[in-house]
Amino acid sequence: MSYIQLDVFDLALAALLVILNGALSIALQLRLERQLFIATLRMIVQLFLVGLVLTTLFTLVSPGWTGLAALAMVLFAGREIMARQDRPLAGLWSYGLGTGCMLVAAGLVTVFALTTPVQPEPWYHPRYALPLLGMILGNTMTGISLGLHTLTTGLVRDRVAVEAQLTLGATRRVAMLPVTRAALKSALMPIVNAMAATGLVALPGMMTGQILAGVAPGEAVKYQILIMFLIAGGTGLGATAAVLACGLRLSDRRHRLRLDRLAPARE
Amino acid sequence: MADPALLSVRGLARPGLQPLAFDLAEGECLAVRGPSGAGKSLLLRALADLDPNDGELSLDGERREAMPAPRWRRLVTYLPAEPGWWAETVGAHFADWAAAEPLVEALGLPAASRDWPVSRLSTGERQRLALVRALVQRPRVLLLDEPTAGLDETARDAVETLIAARLAEGAAALWVTHDAGQARRLARRCLRVEGGRVTEDAP
Repeated sequence: MSYIQLDVFDLALAALLVILNGALSIALQLRLERQLFIATLRMIVQLFLVGLVLTTLFTLVSPGWTGLAALAMVLFAGREIMARQDRPLAGLWSYGLGTGCMLVAAGLVTVFALTTPVQPEPWYHPRYALPLLGMILGNTMTGISLGLHTLTTGLVRDRVAVEAQLTLGATRRVAMLPVTRAALKSALMPIVNAMAATGLVALPGMMTGQILAGVAPGEAVKYQILIMFLIAGGTGLGATAAVLACGLRLSDRRHRLRLDRLAPARE
Repeated sequence: MADPALLSVRGLARPGLQPLAFDLAEGECLAVRGPSGAGKSLLLRALADLDPNDGELSLDGERREAMPAPRWRRLVTYLPAEPGWWAETVGAHFADWAAAEPLVEALGLPAASRDWPVSRLSTGERQRLALVRALVQRPRVLLLDEPTAGLDETARDAVETLIAARLAEGAAALWVTHDAGQARRLARRCLRVEGGRVTEDAP
């Protein structure tokens, strides 16, 4: 294997490019230099910390600590879903519903990948479990947030149309179906587009990473295809569960539309 | 005791509306009057069970909670002042256009309106087509929210005649109107809604 290690001097050299950005900001009075400095600093500190955590986890290979790290990742992603909603559900539902669906979907798909196609020894080995979960989680998170966003904004926008069907005796499922369909479509479009463009427009990060690490391109490609399948599965599962559950929450047993269960609109 | 009322309402209450009770007999039309924002639409929405509400309601002696909500709404149908549309063309909103056609023509619209895009309809056309959409399902009780507000006199008379025919066949109606003349023409009883309080008097 031919792997080229980086030292501090290499990184410092590359950091000159960011400093160039800072100079540009000052010269053109973009007022970005402060934000740029903080963001760069955050990135360096966060990545070094993650590296430290991963190193520790890889030495321990403990199911408990690996599980805890995985849970922390899911909880952070859940916060991200909530932050991306214009009209989240009111109360604990706004965090709970997206996070719960993501936990189940990403968890199931990751465990499936670890126990069936990949099979590391032991199956929960963090060197495999955490990168796989991270990739599945990131995409499932995007799918769920898009689906929930389209559903809630669509129901608010089309309230009169949905209620028109309800007043004529449609069930809540039928009345909400046009909006539900739009929500699931928008949740799944990114992964469909990503699969169509992969390899032509963009070389996936994981595949290029493996190639840089010395893996033969043919092997890296197989891994990437597996990852795309896992991502598609996780996104479909998570977004469907989240959109259907949110639809149930925004209606009730008497087939009423319950937009009062959304948090008030943000200014 | 006399025959049970077609629609019996006891202790109906919801936010914005104080508890009220009334009976509606077959063939009867009850005018609903009161200033804008007094709660007339809230009353009709509660009767159709579109918003959370309390109360003992029954139709022909059958309790509302004993039947699925979609069936209740097919029998007790609410027609909002600004009805909603969920498809591109008029015809797509009707399961059986053949049954709707005579009603459409009775309200002064051509049969060809089936192919009209909803976005092209005027307010008055929307109101009449939405009324037909509700009537083809033969509801027992109609909850009409200003169904003739945007209509000229000819179209208004056509709507009144059509509803009167349904009443003669045993249906009943609650009819929100700001027009005192219309209230007297249609109804012998009147519900007056003011600040969420409902009282009954003569139209």
